Amino acid sequence: MVKKIDTENLCKIECNRHLNNFLDFCRMLSQIGLIIAKEWKLEWRNRSAIAGLSVYILSGLYISYLSFKKIADPATWNALFWILILFMAVNALAKSFMTESRGLQLFYYTFLNPQVVIIGKIIYNGVLLFVLGLLTLLFYTILLGNPVQDSFMFLITLLAGCFGISSVLTMISAIASRAGHQSSMMAILGFPVLLPLLIILIHLSKNAIDGIEFSVNVKYLTLILSLNLIVPALAFILFPYLWRE
Amino acid sequence: MHSVWKIICVILLFYTVIAGFLLPVPELPILNETIRNLYFHVTMWFVMITHMVISIVYSIRFLTNSQLRYDMKAEQYSQTGMVFGIAGLITGMIWAKFTWGAFWVNDTKLNGVAAAMLMYAAYFILRNATDDENKRAKLSAVYLVFAFPLMMAFIFILPRMTDSLHPGNGGNPAFGQYDLDNNMRMVFYPAIIAWTLLGLWITSIRIRIKNLWNETNLSE
Repeated sequence: MVKKIDTENLCKIECNRHLNNFLDFCRMLSQIGLIIAKEWKLEWRNRSAIAGLSVYILSGLYISYLSFKKIADPATWNALFWILILFMAVNALAKSFMTESRGLQLFYYTFLNPQVVIIGKIIYNGVLLFVLGLLTLLFYTILLGNPVQDSFMFLITLLAGCFGISSVLTMISAIASRAGHQSSMMAILGFPVLLPLLIILIHLSKNAIDGIEFSVNVKYLTLILSLNLIVPALAFILFPYLWRE
Repeated sequence: MHSVWKIICVILLFYTVIAGFLLPVPELPILNETIRNLYFHVTMWFVMITHMVISIVYSIRFLTNSQLRYDMKAEQYSQTGMVFGIAGLITGMIWAKFTWGAFWVNDTKLNGVAAAMLMYAAYFILRNATDDENKRAKLSAVYLVFAFPLMMAFIFILPRMTDSLHPGNGGNPAFGQYDLDNNMRMVFYPAIIAWTLLGLWITSIRIRIKNLWNETNLSE
């Protein structure tokens, strides 16, 4: 009789624990949603930043158009595209932690998990980069042509690349904002870490341009997807250390 | 008694240099006698990777209990690691000139090493850019731990997926399969131990100097 009650109790405790974990998880997801919504609101309220980025992309593209006029070699087209994306990304994400006032940081610190903040920012920045990347691709195509044969694969590469770059650079931006000397620090700290990612991306998008079979790309895709999981996981673990000052 | 490993290090270093230049090596086309560079080039990477791993361990230890001496050790180990990395680059470039015909070729391993060197440089710049000791330690530890897995992916995973001029990658046979005969093994393995001990020795002296320097500065 006693034993039975015990197991019942244990069952209840266990259920409660699971329920609590689940609720915590839900709360975390909703908080991530809140962070993303807040980032977008701030971005939209102060449209000059995003307008500035668009102009930056356009003028960068026009400079490359004027210097290249026409690109016959797909490899060069590909390399230039990723260089443009890289510089756009460094500029776009440098402000990711810069714009936050002392008060806002204190507010976050009191009400949110650090993990929520970094994951929310990575997702928001990934989406932002992807949209800006599509914009770059559009104008790049208009100005310099488009030799891509497998557009679907190219877009997947762009999506994976934008999220990878976003997860690396958001974290680097957090480090750089704590170190001061923001804009130069971003490039110095970011480029070496981005190199492996970029090499895989350039390989994949070159394959997409040449229209190479999907089965050949699988190993690169798995590598980039695993990097896309590992890097946010690292940010998830490491960001709390940057958080407390 | 605790200096036995230093004596072993010196003996093994002498052995590496003398035996490395005198013992017979397999006669291979293109490589010819340059194959002896194996004892001086490949071993540098072993030392660099060892030091990188140790500095990562100290960075993680700093993050878990924030004692500045761990951060100091992480810095010293990564400095020695970078010095050996540069030595590896130079020996490799000389070797490449004689076998591949150029000092620098587009090879995944070379790219990986270039990225690792850039990462180290960025790490030291980050350290110098921040004034506050605790902040500097925290930021640089986070950066090192963050960058390390990506570097590992670059140095160890990527070369195995793409073509490389180095042995053991992209269909090229590894040294161990054909070239590295027992004569070479007799020098190669002691050489790895010798250079690694030398690296650790250098770092331990540098850590002691740093400790003394800190003590004198604090007491003044």
